[in-house]
Amino acid sequence: MLTRTLRKAVRPLVTSVPRSDKFHPSTQSEFINELHMIDPMEIERLPVYRVMDRSGKILRENQDPKFTKEQCVKMYKAMIKTNEFDRVMYDAQRQGRVSFYMTNYGEEAAQIGSIAALNPDDLVYAQYREAGVIFYRGFTYQQACDQCYGNVDDKGAGRQMPVHYGSRELDYVTISSPLTTQLPQAAGSAFALRRAGEKRVVMCYFGEGSASEGDAHAAFNFAATLNCPVIFFCRNNGFAISTPVEDQYNGDGIASRAPGYGMMTIRVDGNDLMAVFNATVKAREIALSENRPILIEAITYRQGHHSTSDDSSRYRSVDEVNMWQKTDHPISRFRQYMMTQGWWSMEEDAALQKSLKKDVLIFPLVTAEKKKKPSIESMFDDVYDVLTPELERQKAELMDHLKQYGKHYNMDQFVK
Amino acid sequence: MIGVTRKTARALLSRGVNATAGSTRTHMHFKFQPDDAPAELGATEKTNMCNAIKSAIDIQLARDESTIIFGEDVKFGGVFRCTDGLMDKYGSDRVFNTPLCEQGIAGFGIGAAVAGACTIAEIQFADYIFPAFDQIVNEAAKYRYRSGNEFDCGKLTIRSPCSAVGHGAHYHSQSPEAYFAHTPGLKVCVPRSPIQAKGLLLSAFEDDNPCIVFEPKILYRAAEEQVPVGHYKIPLGKADILREGTDMTMLSWGTQVHVAREVAGIVEEELGISIEVIDLVSIAPWDRETVCNSVSKTGRCIITHEAPITCGFGAELQATITSDCFFDLEAPPARVCGLDTPFPHVHEPFYMPTKWKLIQAVKATMDA
Repeated sequence: MLTRTLRKAVRPLVTSVPRSDKFHPSTQSEFINELHMIDPMEIERLPVYRVMDRSGKILRENQDPKFTKEQCVKMYKAMIKTNEFDRVMYDAQRQGRVSFYMTNYGEEAAQIGSIAALNPDDLVYAQYREAGVIFYRGFTYQQACDQCYGNVDDKGAGRQMPVHYGSRELDYVTISSPLTTQLPQAAGSAFALRRAGEKRVVMCYFGEGSASEGDAHAAFNFAATLNCPVIFFCRNNGFAISTPVEDQYNGDGIASRAPGYGMMTIRVDGNDLMAVFNATVKAREIALSENRPILIEAITYRQGHHSTSDDSSRYRSVDEVNMWQKTDHPISRFRQYMMTQGWWSMEEDAALQKSLKKDVLIFPLVTAEKKKKPSIESMFDDVYDVLTPELERQKAELMDHLKQYGKHYNMDQFVK
Repeated sequence: MIGVTRKTARALLSRGVNATAGSTRTHMHFKFQPDDAPAELGATEKTNMCNAIKSAIDIQLARDESTIIFGEDVKFGGVFRCTDGLMDKYGSDRVFNTPLCEQGIAGFGIGAAVAGACTIAEIQFADYIFPAFDQIVNEAAKYRYRSGNEFDCGKLTIRSPCSAVGHGAHYHSQSPEAYFAHTPGLKVCVPRSPIQAKGLLLSAFEDDNPCIVFEPKILYRAAEEQVPVGHYKIPLGKADILREGTDMTMLSWGTQVHVAREVAGIVEEELGISIEVIDLVSIAPWDRETVCNSVSKTGRCIITHEAPITCGFGAELQATITSDCFFDLEAPPARVCGLDTPFPHVHEPFYMPTKWKLIQAVKATMDA
């Protein structure tokens, strides 16, 4: 699309000079004999792929992914499950029960639509606002609560801040805070999996803000030049904390960058689960059959605050947030589709939300809260595969210190 | 691409350093002292350091099909020829060029290791490792710890040419080991010789932690010795006592070991001072036991490295020695290091911790 449009823009100036592929190794270009700067404004904006409208009506029959009722209910429940978890954990943070939390409000369809399109063993690298993805794979409320509390059952051994989930079993690489570092890693993993002959893609999520980091450039270029079957999935939700996209980039979003790297791309309506699903199915197919990366840019809106340490009303209007919640909510859009099919009702909805709230609050949260933290000694584990002599020494010193001064520490909260 | 030469100096051209325009090659500031390979390691062959490195990579590529090696200009053999011929032997899917982007090289390498591949990443000069600092320090080093051992990148090795080369100036001379020694989760080592380079690399490839091997580039061709042709490993985290002595311990690593050895010979012959020379080999984790036992025995100590003195790894050694050997010390432990300036071009001979500076420090320490 971009190439075609570009060609159209310069066509009148192209003379009949033969292709100049020997002119310079860096280009296959033709010569032109009139000076012409390409202005991005003369290039068509990349369109947004959409399957259903805001009322959940399918716009073109041939784009209908033809979900079964069971598929729809599974995906819908995953969105609601994420949403309910967010509400409870957000409140839990406000009450000081967990130290930190980040919600997924407004991005549920982008998460669930994309992960539902993959195989369960496709490797996922996420940023941090993709809880729906790991829930869809089978991560339980209990596991998520254990991570947020950093208790003895946390897979991460209580070492990272809340919402930094990870699970080897679910092929969901543990999240880290530094933005975009996972992108070149995803390319490397895709390369290694391809070489190992595995028919798996790597899915890599990131926000539009992180796309400004150098690692995004590195990843796109490496993935394209080294034939890596990776899907880069950008959640363009309009804000990087307080920074609106106008301060983030001056081009046509993130998707328009892909052709510059020789990478296929598509921009989708991120609040349209079906559009996200279709695009991801196609991207997976191309990535595996052609060993090349694809960039999907899902346009959505961050309906919640950036995190529990942020008050978004200081940099955007409450009216704007309300507008998105009322008129373009990914969950209600999908629910409307299901209700039109006769597959869901408001009564079922209320019952589901109620039962989920109970599932989060009564059981996992309280259970996670009551569990002890991992042993003090375990803080020395996993720095290396085995303890070094220096770490042994430091561990012995700390334990010796605690023998004398233990009463000044909250040692009883930790497993012995 | 210009014709490939086998001169280290020419390799600098790849980064825009004009080694031919009116510059003269400074004479070597050290005398390479070869070691005898342990007999149990089998047949040997006279090999320089870059060929010993190539041999290690070759063995690893042959023994583990998942192994890949990549970086800038690796495919045609590398600007220092450490991967010469390997692409032809193993194919361009295992020995390949990457785009010119160090953070990408490190990140890509971590990802490949996470997915189970034995991954050897080359950073063309240690001076250019800093764009990858975030990936190495925040990601590689913390991968296993932060995930509770759910994921790790233990199969990653980063190798990079380091240290002075006579005319490398700011960006072809640095010794950045101390930056990485401050990061739990990494293993860092610096070989002094071909035998060591090969054995340490093979250890790093098999070690289940991310390793950085800094290779003193001045040794690539200058250092030649009988290197075992087969597979062998030299342990990470273990120092080498190269020369036993009674009056003083001298600690170093990389090229500077050879300066220390020469100084030990000179002061023994001319002043009758007996110096125990230790090659630290591994910067992280380092061999505290060997070092402190030696200093407790000799009572005196000089630490010498090319990197700037302030917060150089010598400071860590000096501090630990001071606390561990306090009652055995007969003089303050001293440091003879690079200066707290960027690495200079024409002033390199004055910047370096030369044998003359070391001899002066030996006398001062003996007189203290």
